[in-house]
Amino acid sequence: MTSAATWGSELRKWWTFFQISLNERLVYRGDFMLGTLMRFLPTLTQIFLWWAIFESLPAAVGGAGGEGGRIAGYRYGDMVAYYLLITISRAFSSMPGLTSGIAKMVRSGELKKYLIQPVDLLTCLLIQRVAHKLVYYLIATVPFALVFFLCRQFFIDGWPSAEVLAVFAMSLVLSFLLGFFLEACLGLVSFWLLEVTSLAFIYMLMNFLLSGHMFPLDLLPEWSRWLVDCLPLKYLAYFPAAVFLGKVEGEAMYWGLLIEAAWVLFFVVLSAFLWTRGLVRYSGFGG
Amino acid sequence: MADRAGEGRAQPVKALMRNDLKQSDLTATGSPLRRYWRVFATFARNSIIRDMSFRSDFILQSITSVSWAVMNYVLFKLIYRFTTSIGPDTGWQENEFFVFLGTVWVINGSIQLLFMGNFDEFSDLIRTGGLDFALLKPIDTQFLISFPRMNWSQVPNIVLGILLVVTSMNAMWSDSSKGAWFTWWTVPAYVFFVGCGITIMYSVMISLASTSIWLGRNQNLYDFWFYITNFYRYPMEIYQRGSLGWALWGTFTFVIPILVVSNVPARVLANPLGGPWNAWEWSLVGLTLAMTLASLILSRLVFRSALNSYRSASS
Repeated sequence: MTSAATWGSELRKWWTFFQISLNERLVYRGDFMLGTLMRFLPTLTQIFLWWAIFESLPAAVGGAGGEGGRIAGYRYGDMVAYYLLITISRAFSSMPGLTSGIAKMVRSGELKKYLIQPVDLLTCLLIQRVAHKLVYYLIATVPFALVFFLCRQFFIDGWPSAEVLAVFAMSLVLSFLLGFFLEACLGLVSFWLLEVTSLAFIYMLMNFLLSGHMFPLDLLPEWSRWLVDCLPLKYLAYFPAAVFLGKVEGEAMYWGLLIEAAWVLFFVVLSAFLWTRGLVRYSGFGG
Repeated sequence: MADRAGEGRAQPVKALMRNDLKQSDLTATGSPLRRYWRVFATFARNSIIRDMSFRSDFILQSITSVSWAVMNYVLFKLIYRFTTSIGPDTGWQENEFFVFLGTVWVINGSIQLLFMGNFDEFSDLIRTGGLDFALLKPIDTQFLISFPRMNWSQVPNIVLGILLVVTSMNAMWSDSSKGAWFTWWTVPAYVFFVGCGITIMYSVMISLASTSIWLGRNQNLYDFWFYITNFYRYPMEIYQRGSLGWALWGTFTFVIPILVVSNVPARVLANPLGGPWNAWEWSLVGLTLAMTLASLILSRLVFRSALNSYRSASS
């Protein structure tokens, strides 16, 4: 009986958090839609850049303006589709301000606010993120749908099968969790380092290059490809897009999903560990 | 992508204007040119002192901008594993393209070194009424708000750009007949057209910054900067396909001439097509000269008329 009651109050508590965060975000919706559209401008230059590159492929690989030209297995349409899909992966996995936010709370002593309340910091932040992301999807759907509709010709093979779509969706949800817990761990390191700017910066660079944000990881030469496959970063951008485009299929697709889930679990455990250990060191100055 | 993450945030221009400029700098006798030079030198010196007092921040900023550049280099190294040129028959082969890329780094670095941070601060000056202090000084206001804070952390990027240009030119000579076209005036012409490019970008950015007088709080200028530089980061030939592409090409060559910013200097040096220039290449050069002059004059007019609408803010 009592446990049911506590569960109920827990849930109500988190629900309130969720609603506050939701409303917080809905305030700036107009600005936001325009901003999202602007964000596709770089994709426009990518379309023309790759168009020019694919047109100049040597005839030996089926290029010379022909339809059959491929770069690392990508046709021109695939390449553009990849960059478009990356914007979706990033909409799930990017966590602006998470690492620096946690570090700031630790440094300024604001963390006390969470310690004296019967709430858990990480859960709290997670719920905030979910709310913010949901609002983002709600508003960004319009510009995203518009851009994807205008660019539908680049998805040469049309919609993938329902099975692939399901795996794609799951990989996106996992990439959100992975992004969250990975960056939370970086933020929690500030219990020891206080200043994590450089750490966050190194992470940002690595992420940009090795997650597939900048280019499809298939372009990488063999030896470095192995390295990238060992890192969790590729699940933040490359993997969902690759699933959608059929670059990873069949059994490999499910293995990928499993490994991604394992990485999520790893960072959940790590963040819990850093949190309990960090609190022992924390002295709560200022605030 | 996301080039702007590491851009340095300039310190408020206001403080510089009130304290760091000595009266003697402003009222120094002698030719006006000399006076402007002395003020400019003071700005440069003060900025370097400021940068050096936040040293780790300075180093982090330098590393950021250099890292973005290097990652861009890696991307094109990868792309040239699969193709020999960007666009068929454009002549932008690997070495030629890296001359182009190096030029983009030099131009972008110079813009950020000289004035980008100041323009970003300009909307703050309007909003807080800090512009009053600049208007009271016995020196041209446009000059005063353009250069007070230099972002020295961009220097490594410029140096890297020059290195890339030099090594790529070197590689080009050793494997083709390109050297024949290179004469004593090529380097001066290159430097001159890099200057033209920076001037055009200066005009575009100050015009954008001026609009914040009319519009109140402006969007972060670095966003605009990011989207604009995004277009001139690649050879203009890539836009010459499809109706949308030609429309973009036309707009950004003749209306807002940002494509010539990087394309003309890089073309002068790399001469991608080899041999003597075609008529259209010469016209492009002529266009650049005309556009540089026109944009400078136009932006001056825009700034002046914007200033006329300035009504200060409560102090």
